[in-house]
Amino acid sequence: MNSGVMIHIEGLSKSFGKKQVLDGLDLDVMRGESMVVIGGSGTGKSVLIKHIIGLLKPDSGRIHVDGQDVLSLNEHDIGELRKKFGMLFQNAALFDSFSVWENIGFGLRQHTKLSSAEVRRIASEKLRMVGLAGIEDLMPSELSGGMRKRVGLARAIAMEPRVIFYDEPTTGLDPIMADVINELIVDLRKKLKVTSISITHDMASAYKIADRIAMLYNGRIIEVGTVDEIKNTSNEIVRQFISGSADGPITMEVTRA
Amino acid sequence: MSSGEPRNTATLLRPVEYLGGLLIPSFSVVGGMVKMLCSTLGYIFTPPFYLRNLFRQMVEIGVNSMPVVLITASFTGAVLALQSHTAFKRFDAETLVGTVVALSMTRELGPVLTGLIVAGRAGAAMAAELGTMRVTEQIDALETLATNPIRYLVVPRFIGGMLMLPALTVLSDAVGIMGGFIVSTRVLGANPTTYMSRTWDFLEMDDIFHGLLKAFFFGAAIALISSYEGFASEGGAEGVGKATTRAVVLSSMAILISDYFLSAWLFK
Repeated sequence: MNSGVMIHIEGLSKSFGKKQVLDGLDLDVMRGESMVVIGGSGTGKSVLIKHIIGLLKPDSGRIHVDGQDVLSLNEHDIGELRKKFGMLFQNAALFDSFSVWENIGFGLRQHTKLSSAEVRRIASEKLRMVGLAGIEDLMPSELSGGMRKRVGLARAIAMEPRVIFYDEPTTGLDPIMADVINELIVDLRKKLKVTSISITHDMASAYKIADRIAMLYNGRIIEVGTVDEIKNTSNEIVRQFISGSADGPITMEVTRA
Repeated sequence: MSSGEPRNTATLLRPVEYLGGLLIPSFSVVGGMVKMLCSTLGYIFTPPFYLRNLFRQMVEIGVNSMPVVLITASFTGAVLALQSHTAFKRFDAETLVGTVVALSMTRELGPVLTGLIVAGRAGAAMAAELGTMRVTEQIDALETLATNPIRYLVVPRFIGGMLMLPALTVLSDAVGIMGGFIVSTRVLGANPTTYMSRTWDFLEMDDIFHGLLKAFFFGAAIALISSYEGFASEGGAEGVGKATTRAVVLSSMAILISDYFLSAWLFK
């Protein structure tokens, strides 16, 4: 069983000041699986991902990735671990002082001895994988939102990672571009056979890219299941969220104020 | 229907709250800077080194600040000559103008003015650039690409500041003395030979070196404070703006305050 688990999270808790964001969260992600974590804005989805990558340190809990205890790693080992990760940021987080190909090839240039020409060739190849070509020398400021996301995706896969994190991959895109990104994510998973964790509140996207869906609520995962299981859930909270209804057990802070 | 008592306690505690609200953030800022300084110092001598970034920062901090520094320093030297001439004339000591200009420039005004200019130019640029990188998650992106942001971003700025500030100060000293020379000889009618000999006779190597040591320290302070403010910024464009302002204000204060203590220590 344990060999099939890529990411194992146990009792993860984190608070910022008085706000308890994660409160004893448990989650297992299987090797090669596409796990989608859903939950409202500000419920700690990004915080969860930042813990797995080691950008944040939890107050308590355990995180194992590929059998390694992330929290006990030193700086060098966490660097090595991160080379197995790729991450697509919500707004792509492209380096604006670098051109498109330099962005995609950043990791390769830092961590391999490949020549510039070689890195550029790989960057072009990754660009084609995300359906773009001929924009290698453009600067990020010259790209549209959808293109930025795709370049961000190309950068995330440039080092051939084993785990890819998607932070709201479809947020801020028009519905068609959102679906293009969804298709790409599904396609990349088939081609690269990677494990992925996505966080989103876009249910159309979640249904499309997920093997399993986990719902984050009040700092814990309250339900995990396949797409069909989630669609037919009996949990009131999950049902309210996936149907996008203002009435139900989830009360927004705005209504309380 | 709240009773009077808790409200009274609250009123009593308000000054304490106010003081705490003022002090706690300052402590955390100082703590954060010390922490950043320690990691930066730890990374300076261990690979990977990002030489390209270092050269870029040296150009940004040093070369690009040159025009402003040169113009400012030459006029400062000039006005020093003008003012001290007026004063010294009253007790017939005009020949000492060259000495005053040289000592003031090398010991004090060269490093301090250069520091203030670089704080305003390069410090602001550092805080704004790093702040933007923070709020657009580019710093997080560096980490996910297994690149340490302190090594990649802060160390080059830190070294760049420490190297370029003394270099700019040398120029500033020279140009300031030149400015004083021109005004004294051309406007105030001093004898060029006497003026220059008065400049050299009383100027010691230590005056210059101590000034450069100050500049070295100012360079480190500007880079550290501005990088810290950039890294700590949050909340979009407004946050970056605030970080930039704080970087310039804190750097300038750090320069002027530490200048006193460095002077007291170096020139005792």
